[in-house]
Amino acid sequence: MARKRIVTTTINGRKNEFLCEPRQTLLEVLRDVLDLTGTKEGCSNGNCGACTVLLDGRAVDSCLVLAVEVDGAEVETIEGVAPVEGLDPIQHAFLEQAALQCGICTPGFIMSAKALLAENPQPSEAEIRFSLAGNLCRCTGYDKIVRAVQQAAETRVAHR
Amino acid sequence: MRDFEYEAPVTLDAAVSLLAEHDGRARPLAGGTDLIDHVRTGRLKPDLVVDLKKIPELNVLEMGAGGLRLGAAVPCWRIYGHEGIIRDYSALADSVRIIGGMQIQNRASVGGNLCNSGPAADSTPALIALEANCVIAGPNGRREVPAEAFCTGPNMNVLSRGELLVELRFPPRPPKSGSHYRRFIPRNEMDIAVVGVGAAVVLDESGERFVSARIGLGAVAATPLFARDASDLLAGQPVSEEAIRRAAAAARAIVRPIDDKRGTIEFRIHVTGVLVERVLWMAVDRARNVPHS
Ligand SMILES: Cc1cc2nc3c(=O)[nH]c(=O)nc-3n(C[C@H](O)[C@H](O)[C@H](O)COP(=O)(O)OP(=O)(O)OC[C@H]3O[C@@H](n4cnc5c(N)ncnc54)[C@H](O)[C@@H]3O)c2cc1C
Ligand code: FES
Ligand code: FES
Repeated sequence: MARKRIVTTTINGRKNEFLCEPRQTLLEVLRDVLDLTGTKEGCSNGNCGACTVLLDGRAVDSCLVLAVEVDGAEVETIEGVAPVEGLDPIQHAFLEQAALQCGICTPGFIMSAKALLAENPQPSEAEIRFSLAGNLCRCTGYDKIVRAVQQAAETRVAHR
Repeated sequence: MRDFEYEAPVTLDAAVSLLAEHDGRARPLAGGTDLIDHVRTGRLKPDLVVDLKKIPELNVLEMGAGGLRLGAAVPCWRIYGHEGIIRDYSALADSVRIIGGMQIQNRASVGGNLCNSGPAADSTPALIALEANCVIAGPNGRREVPAEAFCTGPNMNVLSRGELLVELRFPPRPPKSGSHYRRFIPRNEMDIAVVGVGAAVVLDESGERFVSARIGLGAVAATPLFARDASDLLAGQPVSEEAIRRAAAAARAIVRPIDDKRGTIEFRIHVTGVLVERVLWMAVDRARNVPHS
């Protein structure tokens, strides 16, 4: 068995050290070692986006990242999105627009939307659909998710 | 997932030594968007994974008088965000913008796309069109291979044991040149190319005559193809419907596609012709500086 490695990262703003085997993905470590189970596993092959987290600010599928690769990096998961009080405007918009049914895709969509809005605060509908193409939802039919991201973009602009 | 060791060397020499010492049991890792799935499903069984992302040479992204140098591990997002590449090497930017979705593009590299050597790899026809040379390092030193000669079969390439791809070198683009990559897929995004075409053209000063052209084809044979005859047919010809239709016919003549759920042989041959025409016209418009939305 390959020796375990010590990995030092910042997760949701907090310094974190964990032990893992090279073969463990970031998704496995988040859920099974660090108990951050908000990040979901759908396909484990990069197609569904349920496992999306931000790695140094960029959206990645955590099932396609080895945990050892994040040594020295910053990771943000769904657990780090809400402020101490209340919700992030994106989370709020998902609730208001009823952009979820079973909810398993939602953490991934919110992380992707967060990355999108950070880079492009006022995306067009086409840009939203293109950027969220790596996130699959079996329940909502996507329209409500797109509307939620549009609403989040509007509130973010209004609050600036 | 199967058990393996992990190393992340910070020099090229160290990476080459690790790969050579493990004699076929080690596998390079760039963005991991192919590799991690291949290990998980047992298609690849490495005992050692060598992460290449900390090696400076593999992260180079430089454009100058000598052309473009693209490190093998540079992720897609750095490429399609590069103004110079968007302007002068448009086909490359077009191709990396559609590899997977945002999450994939934030990790996946052109080096990994080429080394995985899938027949439908989106960036490879663009590399062929833009005349990229693959710089390879190994235990016996360095060598260069043109992009069209890199893949030798489905998921097979010219790399021998201990060798790795260091960077892709592109010659400078002359004035009045333009390029484009486009694929046909039944969805809007996140799909594997049924046919992919990359083309680069150089026009004369008037913009009315081809000086030269290069056409790369994907998903229509066991490897990406350089459509040499189709490309040569355009040199010296006026920019016309007729010349472009003839090049498309020549490209159709060399493809050897398979029948699968994505498309029949007949369909793929037909689409090759359609795409070659459209991609050439777009490359011409770009060479002429015709604005597109
Ligand atoms: C959801 C999803 C969607 C995708 N969509 C597309 C698509 O639209 N178009 C497309 O073309 N591909 C697509 N892919 C495939 C994949 O993302 C690309 O092939 C990608 O470019 C691979 O790059 P990477 O850096 O992740 O490579 P890795 O997975 O790190 O490596 C790929 C292979 O090349 C080897 N390798 C990597 N770098 C080197 C090197 N420098 N020298 C020698 N060997 C090396 C590795 O050992 C491995 O076998 C998709 C994949 C997923 C999971
Ligand atoms: S679980 Fe990672 S993309 Fe589906
Ligand atoms: S809400 Fe069920 S998968 Fe999206």
